[in-house]
Amino acid sequence: MAINAMSISFRAGALSVLILAIFLVTWHIATSGTGAVQQMDPEYAKLMGLNATQGKSAMPGPLQVGATLWQHLTNPFYDNGPNDKGLGIQLAYSIARVGMGYLLAVMVAIPLGFLIGMSQLMSRALDPFIQVLKPISPLAWMPLALYTIKDSGLSAIFVIFICSVWPMLINTAFGVASVRKEWLNVARTLEVGAFKRAFTVILPAAAPTILTGMRISIGIAWLVIVAAEMIVGGTTSRSRTSSTRSS
Amino acid sequence: MTEKLISIEAIAKRYPAPNGVQTTVFENLWLGINRGEFVCMIGHSGCGKTTVLNILAGLDAPSEGVVIVDNQAIEGPALDRAVIFQGHALFPWRTVLGNVAYAVGSKHKKWSKAQVNEHAEKFISLVGLKGAEYKKPSELSGGMKQRVGIARALSLEPKMLLMDEPFSALDALTRGTLQDEVRRICLSTGQTVFMITHDVDEAIYLADKIVLMTNGPHAQIAEIVENPLPKDRERNQIHKHTDYYAVRNHLIDFLVSRSRTFKDEIAGKPWDPMNVPLVRPVAIPPSAPEPMRKRA
Repeated sequence: MAINAMSISFRAGALSVLILAIFLVTWHIATSGTGAVQQMDPEYAKLMGLNATQGKSAMPGPLQVGATLWQHLTNPFYDNGPNDKGLGIQLAYSIARVGMGYLLAVMVAIPLGFLIGMSQLMSRALDPFIQVLKPISPLAWMPLALYTIKDSGLSAIFVIFICSVWPMLINTAFGVASVRKEWLNVARTLEVGAFKRAFTVILPAAAPTILTGMRISIGIAWLVIVAAEMIVGGTTSRSRTSSTRSS
Repeated sequence: MTEKLISIEAIAKRYPAPNGVQTTVFENLWLGINRGEFVCMIGHSGCGKTTVLNILAGLDAPSEGVVIVDNQAIEGPALDRAVIFQGHALFPWRTVLGNVAYAVGSKHKKWSKAQVNEHAEKFISLVGLKGAEYKKPSELSGGMKQRVGIARALSLEPKMLLMDEPFSALDALTRGTLQDEVRRICLSTGQTVFMITHDVDEAIYLADKIVLMTNGPHAQIAEIVENPLPKDRERNQIHKHTDYYAVRNHLIDFLVSRSRTFKDEIAGKPWDPMNVPLVRPVAIPPSAPEPMRKRA
């Protein structure tokens, strides 16, 4: 059994390496260029760039990308002014933004979710607002945030916050509202106060659902940071992706 | 004259129906329970048994009427009335000890942790779960879970123990052992118990009085059956008792047909819901003349 399992994981690994190799070779061949050099006006050739004039592909090949990647990875913390920082510094900025936005979302979503889950009145009253705000795209929040907040960094944090708050809010409310009635009845017959009940019965009972919401939210936050930083600019892990492209 | 611990007075439960008319589950229900008495309520599904129990527990409020416990009207759930739930209702994130200690700590808020645990462990060993204190409910069998539920309720040392079909989810063998344990504990502590059951044999084995409910809607208490079997009855001897079949047949007759036709039975006769007939079915000696041997 163990031998069998090992051989299948070994074969799967080998197959993955093979697929990667095929991909890299295809990439290399596809970007190696046509070789045909066109005669053109030197002024026009300057405008078109080296790629067009020397018959090379506009897309960098795997060797080029690999070399640049290696260069960034070996020196992740250099700082040459606001528009040229190492990969490590930029990643740290992105993580800090995601962390800030996500933390704010947790602080708002979980208490509010508790309120909505525990009170039918609040649930009904807040439902229209949630239903209207929830489907708004992160891209739609961006200009609004930039216009009102002005600061690009804070805008990014706000967009992450507003996009990652919904799954957590809805899951928390759902988890709290669907705590088994028997458990609540136990707490009631034991004359447990509302505050103690929320922490000793509802929180542990709803914890799996709340955690699911938190996991969905962190995924969304990480997706949204790319969109947010693409528009707001500044020191980002995104600027690294586009500068790799242009070098 | 025994002291009346619980007095159910003229309670009714009505639900609004979609067409605007109210559905009455039961109405004008009167019942007294004496201290130290074990009372079982039997009836078909839908007659409102569980609602009666929930009202006694304070988890539900009657549409009309009051329930008086120890000269005080019930206004909500309280620690002096412990409930053993049908589905044990243990907290799965707490251990056996944690579940019982949660109840003990809720009652004795000033106790230290050691005191609470000591008290909880006393009741865990009372239900025969010594050694399983640190297990989670998911590691226990159905019978053991219900034992924890019983330990949790008993650890409150309540005036009144309320049980809603506590053994119905268990297999026959486990059910038997647990019935024995509950009977032993309740007899030794003089516990007042109100229990709901579907099981005629369970009622005969455990109860001092058996309350018969007619079918809902508009359910009512038809009669109260006094158990003719001696207090020191034993499970494996009970069926040999002369009155056993008398009381058993009486209960089964009621459940099979009289619970349905009871309204016709009392139609036109004076009926006082405050004082329903107290029946004590006993075996008729075989020497009795034939006409007297009517259905018990």
